[in-house]
Amino acid sequence: MQKRTIWLLALISVLILVIAGCAAPAAAPAAPAAESGGEAAAPAGEPFKVAIVMPSTITDLAWSQAMYDGLVAVQEEMGGESAMEIAYSESMFNVADAAAAIRDYANDGYNLIIAHGTQYGNSMFEVATDFPETSFAWGTAVDTGKDKGYENVFAYEANAQEGGYVNGVIAALLDESGVVGVVGPVEAGDAKLYIDGFATGAKATNPDIAVNISYTGSFGDTALAAEAANTHISAGADVLTGSAQQVVGAIGVAKEAGVLWLGTQSDQSSLAPDIVVANQVYDWTGSIKDMIAKIQAGELGGTVYTLTLENDGLKIVFNDGYATPDEVKAAADEAIQGIIDGSITPLAE
Amino acid sequence: MKEFFTVAVLVGIAHSGIRLAAPYLFASLGEMVGQLSGVLNLGVDGIMLMGAFAAFYVVFMTGNLWLGLLAALIVGALMGLLMAVISVTMGAEQGISGIGLYLFGLGLSSLLFKTMIGSVESVSGFSTLRIPVLSELPIIGPIFFDHSVVVYLAYLMVPVSWYLINRTTLGLKIRAAGQNPEAADSLGVSVNGVRYITVIYGSAMAGIAGAALSIGLLNVFQENMTNGLGFIAVALVYFGGWRPFGILGGALLFSTVNALQLWAQVLGLPIPSDLAVMLPYVLTIIALAFAVRQVRQPAALTKPFERGE
Repeated sequence: MQKRTIWLLALISVLILVIAGCAAPAAAPAAPAAESGGEAAAPAGEPFKVAIVMPSTITDLAWSQAMYDGLVAVQEEMGGESAMEIAYSESMFNVADAAAAIRDYANDGYNLIIAHGTQYGNSMFEVATDFPETSFAWGTAVDTGKDKGYENVFAYEANAQEGGYVNGVIAALLDESGVVGVVGPVEAGDAKLYIDGFATGAKATNPDIAVNISYTGSFGDTALAAEAANTHISAGADVLTGSAQQVVGAIGVAKEAGVLWLGTQSDQSSLAPDIVVANQVYDWTGSIKDMIAKIQAGELGGTVYTLTLENDGLKIVFNDGYATPDEVKAAADEAIQGIIDGSITPLAE
Repeated sequence: MKEFFTVAVLVGIAHSGIRLAAPYLFASLGEMVGQLSGVLNLGVDGIMLMGAFAAFYVVFMTGNLWLGLLAALIVGALMGLLMAVISVTMGAEQGISGIGLYLFGLGLSSLLFKTMIGSVESVSGFSTLRIPVLSELPIIGPIFFDHSVVVYLAYLMVPVSWYLINRTTLGLKIRAAGQNPEAADSLGVSVNGVRYITVIYGSAMAGIAGAALSIGLLNVFQENMTNGLGFIAVALVYFGGWRPFGILGGALLFSTVNALQLWAQVLGLPIPSDLAVMLPYVLTIIALAFAVRQVRQPAALTKPFERGE
């Protein structure tokens, strides 16, 4: 028993070295080496190898998890590990570490390397210059470097304002106090789009509503996000929303206070089934599948993917645990249709 | 834009500030004791993460909050034991070993979270305990007597730490070990023994600080959820001049300004958010530079002690 414990501890320490070693890309879904040893037997030969470098974790219930879930869904569809391998590096808040990881993956012969953060753009383009045979993707971004001669870079973005608008409509209809609150991360990127869309949707539904917005200045400051939620509640808000992985802190507070929550990026219902009403979910499977198909056909980049409600990249997912009134669901559907047919512009002006 | 300086808003800011300061107090007061004995432990953030995870996991499985707090205490103490072995017995460079301990805690808490829980979950943590009668007082009541149990505990640690340092024999030995270890040794004080006690105690407090987040204030666990909070706690020890009430002042200043900027944003004051979130840090630096009188740090801080001739 004693010996086993010591052996276990030693094993754990080694694993930690792998994880804390940061720059060293961790091999993906607990894929034991034994299993991938069977890859030689795979009929189609080499599996398609995808690597992703992300700023937070695959369990963040937000930005990174949305992409990881998409990759896993595509993997299942393609026929599992023998057809597609996924490797990932988490918590790459340090861009220099991310750059090293991107280069390592390129050296290791990955077919597609996803730099899952706007901040990784420069580093990724540098590596993309040295590895013209490897495909890269980054987001949120719209620049594939085509005008600079790059042919191996994809870009992707999310029209987060669309689901933001729908969430805003839902929030305004469920709100009773006349105040809704937004726990924002950094005033940029898809978070800002989402929040602007949310405010537009809420105001369009109830012109008198007060949409209080605060930013924590970070994506991962869970404690400050929780305090921001407390502040919104003290200021009278009875429906909250927010963006980035830090919102789990805010959801914890909302749950305790019995205040409603609207999610974005991933489905956050599981965290607080009583108070989460609906989520805008980023579904990247369509984009990933198209990238893989293009790469296999020899087209290594050049396309910009945009998630929208129309192309099903954005989905409004209601939480079954919360009894959303039918008229609210109907109004949400109406907003979705309006955005798709163009009669509603989710961003003011 | 609404009226900012109303009673309700000011009460809200003070209330938020007091709550936000709680985890810093646990971590800083513990770190202070270690530093007074001559050991700088930069691993606070990693220990907090381990404590946060241990507490969360126990509460997630058993629902028993006090058991969760105990788990955080024990896990924190074990991390402290590790730090003490490395930096006191083996005499390793304290700054480096502290950073190592931080990375160890960060990695291990993430790994354990992935293997033992897997996804972000929530628990019912310590609920708000309104102190009877006192919480009914106007203004004072809602500010001071309407908090979670862990918040009261954090503030209780301020006088307790003061008493420990200034009024007990152990406190005297701790200060001696940090000021003049050779003299303390010649008087029969086991310098390294004292340092073991302080580092383990300080780390146990850091574990509690983590628990204060995961089962007291947020009721969730997320990888790297402290987001560097432990490093601010170390800075607050310097800010407070190695005195419990100085640390209390520093923690309250930092947290209250943070609460103030949150309220300013929520109420739509025309301040760019990027500027607002800088405010607590900027003001703390200004206060550190101008207002706080120069206090000398423990003379033997970061210096390992080896018995000479």
